[in-house]
Amino acid sequence: MQYKTQAVAKPYFIAAIGLFVGQILFGLIMGLQYVIGDFLFPAIPFNIARMVHTNLLIVWLLFGFMGSAYYLVPEESETELFSPKLALVMFWIFLVAGALTVVGYLALPYATLAKLTGNDLLATMGREFLEQPLITKVGIVVVALAFLFNITMTVLKGRKTAISMVLLLGLWGLAVFFLFSFYNPDNLVLDKFYWWWVVHLWVEGVWELILGALLAFVLIKVTGVDREVIEKWLYVIITLTLVTGVIGTGHHYYWIGTPEYWQWWGSVFSALEPIPFFAMTVFAFNMVSRRRREHPNRAATLWALGTGVMSFLGAGLWGFLHTLAPVNYYTHGTQITAAHGHMAFYGAYVMVVLCMISYAMPILRGRAANSDKAQVVEMWGFWLMTVAIVFITLFLTGAGILQVWLQRISATPLSYMATQDQIMVFYWLREWTGVMFLIGLVVYIASFFIGGDKKAATA
Amino acid sequence: MLAADTPLPSLDTPPAGTPRLAGDLAIWIFILAELLAFGAFFAAYAFTRAHHIELFTHEQQALNRITGAINTMLLLTSSYFVVRAVQAAERSAPAPCARWLVAAIACGVGFIVIKLHEYSAAFERGVTLSSSPFHMFYLSLTFFHFMHVLLGLVILSALWLGARAGRYRPNDMNGLESGAAYWHMVDLVWLVLFPLVYVIH
Repeated sequence: MQYKTQAVAKPYFIAAIGLFVGQILFGLIMGLQYVIGDFLFPAIPFNIARMVHTNLLIVWLLFGFMGSAYYLVPEESETELFSPKLALVMFWIFLVAGALTVVGYLALPYATLAKLTGNDLLATMGREFLEQPLITKVGIVVVALAFLFNITMTVLKGRKTAISMVLLLGLWGLAVFFLFSFYNPDNLVLDKFYWWWVVHLWVEGVWELILGALLAFVLIKVTGVDREVIEKWLYVIITLTLVTGVIGTGHHYYWIGTPEYWQWWGSVFSALEPIPFFAMTVFAFNMVSRRRREHPNRAATLWALGTGVMSFLGAGLWGFLHTLAPVNYYTHGTQITAAHGHMAFYGAYVMVVLCMISYAMPILRGRAANSDKAQVVEMWGFWLMTVAIVFITLFLTGAGILQVWLQRISATPLSYMATQDQIMVFYWLREWTGVMFLIGLVVYIASFFIGGDKKAATA
Repeated sequence: MLAADTPLPSLDTPPAGTPRLAGDLAIWIFILAELLAFGAFFAAYAFTRAHHIELFTHEQQALNRITGAINTMLLLTSSYFVVRAVQAAERSAPAPCARWLVAAIACGVGFIVIKLHEYSAAFERGVTLSSSPFHMFYLSLTFFHFMHVLLGLVILSALWLGARAGRYRPNDMNGLESGAAYWHMVDLVWLVLFPLVYVIH
């Protein structure tokens, strides 16, 4: 690696992968609870498993983003990290706080956890994805601010590039919009309205900027294409993202008590949200086909191309599928949403973090790329996980279409639970593909422990 | 899906001899996305109008077509001035280029002033996003366009600064042409929007 302080990225990446394993295990538990309702009850009820599954996802992606930023920013800024010590201290604080939160979820009744952690001082808990106790939320803000301070100071003292600016914009946006998680008005409409400012403006706004910056960085490294060309694409992509994504928030406002015009605004703008993702796909393939060098790390290139394709399919296409108000009127809150959620998170954010790890980890371990043998195993992990997520998405889409039909369109609609009985087979198929995903993840992790002839650390 | 071995038109300057795209390919991708957004909104307008023809015709009568027509003239004129600015730069004449851009900016500012006047009159009549489907489209479409005029003015101002610094020359027109293309797009959208929302019934 070019700057020795980039090494602080390593623990972040390792923690990210560790928490990823936890997320998948809880996903499998929930998947089984879909078909065997009292599995692990009362030790781990469904709502707790779901909370752990989604919270772990967010936390490990945050670890991934932070690790990526600590790796990327010194190299882009051509200077050492402002304070590697601060980065390591924050790592341990974040890891311990995250672990304690999960232990709290699992060991205590949620209401007790709320009482113990000061929820009566400022009620912020109990809302989907923002279930964290107040002290954890405050901890997230502290860690995020220390992290932002650290990388912003690094950028300020070094070279300023488009990639580091876009990354900073995305990360600052992430921190700023998280502040809305502290705002919890009594009015449920207002509550949901601002809740989406965290949830939507993260994943369909500022996170896309982070995604674009990380992808652009890896593409510069593995293709050797001129920075100027790559930065121009990045500008186009982030502009398209912000133009479509910000007002696209309206696609969450259809049926929650907001004025009717949101149905038009949400439909029109969010219908265009696939465009930046499509641009990202074209970008990745175009840069790789115009590559000026054969980088020894072929696995990282595969992850970069995979991110381009899968984010377009998952976030772009599967998002478009149910974004128009007249369609969403029927599909709202069904398994169609779950299908979209799985492929979008995997295709966009999981893959870009794994792409960064794939590129950076060998360098952090003192070589340009892993041995061919290790890369082949890593690529097996890539294909197993990616194919599994495609099938999980297809099965959930099948379940969702049937659910919409049986429960909402049919002349003799069934109740929610009666409908669930009818689509059980899809849930079984999804669970088995989930096992395939876990196998893929194990294979992926195994690739880190495979030796062989490493590529020299000169690239 | 795109095959990895069919490269797309690059974002670089194409080799000499091939037909030249005025402005950067990046700005054209952006313009295309903008036109798609407006196109989707226009289609939604047409679709909704078909269900409420009488309401739309009735409420359309309350709009001020005179100021709308003046605004159309202003944008068309400003587009003409931008063309003159580009031509001046092609002759290596930075001073006239900057002056034409100032004229174009003045027209754009005129558009903004008239539009703000129109909005305040509409708000006095009780027009809101929720007062009727027509009002929703009228406000959404014109305001979305209004924001584009503002962005266009920022871009023209940047071009003006560039022109004064003598940055645009016959062999270095990329920035000026890209900004000019964006401004023409803003004009073009209004040329569809004005008849659609204000006139056709």
